[in-house]
Amino acid sequence: MKLFNFHEAKNLKEATKLSSSKSAYLAGGQTLIPSLKLRLASFQDVIDIKEIKDLQGIKATGSSVAIGATTKHADVASSKDVKKAIPSLAGLAGGIGDPQVRNCGTIGGSISNNDPSACYPSACIALDATIHTSDRKIPAEKFFTGMFETALKKGELVTKVEFNIPEKSAYVKCPNPASRYALVGVYIAKFKKEVRCAVTGAQSVVYRCKEIENALNKNFSVDSLDSVTIKSSGLNSDIHASAEYRASLILSSAKKAVANCK
Amino acid sequence: MASSMIGSKVERKEDKKFLTGKGRYTADINLHNQSYAVFIRSPHARAKIKSVDASKAKKLPGVIDVLTAKELQEDKIGGLIAGWKIMSQDGTEMKCPPHPALAGDSVNYVGDHVAIVIAETLQQAKDAADAVQVDYKVLKAVVSTKDAMNSESIYESIPKNLCFDWLLGDKAKTEQAFSGADKVVKLDITNNRLVPNAMEPRAAIGDYNPSSEELTLYTTSQNPHLSRLVISAFNAVHPEHKFRVIAPDVGGGFGSKIYPYAEDVVVAWAAKRLQRPVKWVCERTESFLSDCHGRDHVTHCELAVKKDGTILGLKVDTIANLGGYASLFATVTPTYLYGPLVLGLYNIPVAYCNVKGVFTNTAPVDAYRGAGRPEATYMIERLVDKAAKEIGMDRAEFRKRNFIKQFPHQQCLVHNIDSGDYIAHLNKALDLADYKNFEKRKAESRSRGKLRGIGFSTYIEACGIAPSAAVMSLGCGVGLWESAEIRFNPTGNISVFTGTHSHGQSHDTTFAQIVSDKLGVPIENIELIHGDTDKGPFGMGTYGSRSLAVGGTAIVKACDKIVDKGKKVAAKMLEVSPNDIDFKNGEFIVPNSNKKKTIGEIAFACYVPGTYGEVKSPLPEGVEPGLKETAFYDPVNFSFPAGSHICEVEIDPDTGETKVVTYTCVDDFGNLINPMIVEGQIHGGLAQGIGQALYENAYYDETGQLVTASYMDYCMPRADNFPEFRIGYTCTPATSNPLGVKGCGEAGAIASPPAVMNAVVDAIGTEISMPATSEKVWRAVNEKSKTKSKAA
Repeated sequence: MKLFNFHEAKNLKEATKLSSSKSAYLAGGQTLIPSLKLRLASFQDVIDIKEIKDLQGIKATGSSVAIGATTKHADVASSKDVKKAIPSLAGLAGGIGDPQVRNCGTIGGSISNNDPSACYPSACIALDATIHTSDRKIPAEKFFTGMFETALKKGELVTKVEFNIPEKSAYVKCPNPASRYALVGVYIAKFKKEVRCAVTGAQSVVYRCKEIENALNKNFSVDSLDSVTIKSSGLNSDIHASAEYRASLILSSAKKAVANCK
Repeated sequence: MASSMIGSKVERKEDKKFLTGKGRYTADINLHNQSYAVFIRSPHARAKIKSVDASKAKKLPGVIDVLTAKELQEDKIGGLIAGWKIMSQDGTEMKCPPHPALAGDSVNYVGDHVAIVIAETLQQAKDAADAVQVDYKVLKAVVSTKDAMNSESIYESIPKNLCFDWLLGDKAKTEQAFSGADKVVKLDITNNRLVPNAMEPRAAIGDYNPSSEELTLYTTSQNPHLSRLVISAFNAVHPEHKFRVIAPDVGGGFGSKIYPYAEDVVVAWAAKRLQRPVKWVCERTESFLSDCHGRDHVTHCELAVKKDGTILGLKVDTIANLGGYASLFATVTPTYLYGPLVLGLYNIPVAYCNVKGVFTNTAPVDAYRGAGRPEATYMIERLVDKAAKEIGMDRAEFRKRNFIKQFPHQQCLVHNIDSGDYIAHLNKALDLADYKNFEKRKAESRSRGKLRGIGFSTYIEACGIAPSAAVMSLGCGVGLWESAEIRFNPTGNISVFTGTHSHGQSHDTTFAQIVSDKLGVPIENIELIHGDTDKGPFGMGTYGSRSLAVGGTAIVKACDKIVDKGKKVAAKMLEVSPNDIDFKNGEFIVPNSNKKKTIGEIAFACYVPGTYGEVKSPLPEGVEPGLKETAFYDPVNFSFPAGSHICEVEIDPDTGETKVVTYTCVDDFGNLINPMIVEGQIHGGLAQGIGQALYENAYYDETGQLVTASYMDYCMPRADNFPEFRIGYTCTPATSNPLGVKGCGEAGAIASPPAVMNAVVDAIGTEISMPATSEKVWRAVNEKSKTKSKAA
């Protein structure tokens, strides 16, 4: 780890004011701290945002659940409001990493980092979430722009994530056996008007799987997926899973998700 | 109290410090005026070093020095050695390249040690390491085990990258036996390369005292005495009598900390050269790259069988990857620790095992939990399973038919097995695993769309690695006896010194149980001391499940000497002849009288031997004062633990995910001293073995980069990968040591890979290699259903 200046921001204004091209925000630190320790990244200033009240807490209304950016995975997993409104979202949070990770890592940190194998981006896309930032509101589909890349501008900070409540939904993750990140994660959400299916882990960035959505929009059942073919071209291939295997996992996970929808 | 000590589940004496975070590991030690070291390692698998330029680095703040091969040569520091000489079948000696402690003109694996940077702080050392410029000429790397002999030679003096071409057994007679077979069963298998992954990464601190001229090395070693011997005699860092090696608490080794590493040599030497303490602590990825790895065999094997299931002969041809250099025990692991064991626990009349040890541009491969025996067991157990299936015989019955049934049994290769009852543990395991109802469970799994399989592994291992006469005749550079010292203190408590080292094995408890049992002293009054060459007698360390069978026996011998001397003293004090004294439960007694002395009274008397007022000297003429005895023990034979393991797996054909649903093992470890500790050893071994079968794999790409160099990519098994293990025992005591113990530290890792893989193969109906990852299993299942539907 190289030396840096550490700041503890008391409010949003102070945090954004401290930020520069040589700074990083620190929330749960689950990616930032290892990167610093391994000297893969170094910053002049590290701005801790964990104490900022505006970024905390979970609020549910009849149609949406808003989760503050520095809410930890463990808090989302155990939140009565989340469990009641979108049980699959609580389940997703409860399956990230291990207890240590879940008690440090935050939703804002996860989506701002946009790891291609992270779980939360799939929830944002499938649940048609709105990402609230220090400057604006961004629809989830415009937020995740590429591998480890988002629509956030330098210094812009996610404040909360607002998820729409579907009729029913489910998330199925096939974990990488080593890291337990998603080799493939499939999030299916059935709304009154449409079915949305988001896939993480399979490409450089989370995406909607139209083949699955089309089939489920016609007939929301496991059987309707029997006729779906997932092409392996364009899917990630690495030592843990080939593109062909990932394609197969997407379909089998989607079937499990439809069967598990609550 | 005393007689119940052996065989009881005494709580671990070491738990309190470890569970409360008070263990003291090498990294916890900080010395006055200490400096910090970082090693510069090769980023290339194979390259010539054109130059090392440290001029910029040396000018950076806090930098004390940057040392390279040039300074090593100035100080005439020797290279690392291969400690076991193997002869090729053509009568020539094995060929090993020089292995300098800092690379001279070439690097031969990613992580090879090139230079050491020493600074006032760790950050300064890292900054300086970034500034050292090493100019490499990158060469094409040799990576594949299978193709190593057909690749360009890494070392000019070693054609075909062949270290040795070793043959055990009689090839001609084996061929003859095969000609009479009803069936020859053939199998090609790979034993995947593993990274040991001790919880505590390696670390070393060198500390030179310019006043006494003593050098101290704190290091993460399973074997501090041997480290001192090697670093002194071969690396010539410092003379042995002024050199102290301390291995404090060590967080796991699994073999990877048996041998001194380049970093130990360099840190000790640098501390002496700079006259300042130098501390180095390995980081995790550095550990993946530079710890010696395990396994990495490619094998073709054949079994000749009769229709009735009788085995007639065995052929084994193996290529063993040694990595970039020959590490200390690298050459014995795939030869004498492997070849003799290929026969398993079967009565095989004739066999041969040919092993070609090859160099590649990968991390050195050396002993790792089981060392050679897991590879042998995996080969024979997979082959036997296949043979039973091919001749249409129940796999348990096939094994029973071929088990050795008479003891002692001289095998056709090397070992003379003293005791065992293999049918007993297999029958017990079949009961415990409820084998008779397996088909019902399989049908139930099928009703849920899952594939279920059952696999067996009946294994034997040679433990208690010792008999010096035997190992030295096979090429070992040292004897493998063990030492112990029992030191009674005047107040009656005992310090026990052992030459073995505990780094998770619970010696503090097990050895104290033995002493308590032998001398009748409460266990809390017994302290085990190990891991410091200045304290106990020279010993050979801990590996090969040897500590109890060899080191424990040395303790028994030392206890016996204490009792002998105690009898003489008690006889004088009780005014009888030593022959009239019995020793029992800590008391020297004269039978049929009320005359007795406790061992505490005798110890005190030995230390206060004069006449003082009323007290008369208790020492008989010619008996020295004090009560301290040393024993060295060199056994006559290895010990041969054996057992039967049965694994059941359930596979999801959609994802290929394999779950171990039940795992049963019945082991014969001879007598057990502490069954709770034995159970812990079984659990740990099974975790590593099941890990090898399903998850772990050290994967180098074709350029020699280790792709799995962190836990993001190298899959360690976790608790939720395992079912509750069903554990049972049978007991035929070892005849080679007075405790009747056989060793239990490696059994789980030796027996379980074939049990798991045989279950997977049983479930999917096709051959598959380790690790049976989800994708591999998924592909195998898919291929099979494709062929089936084509055939239909």
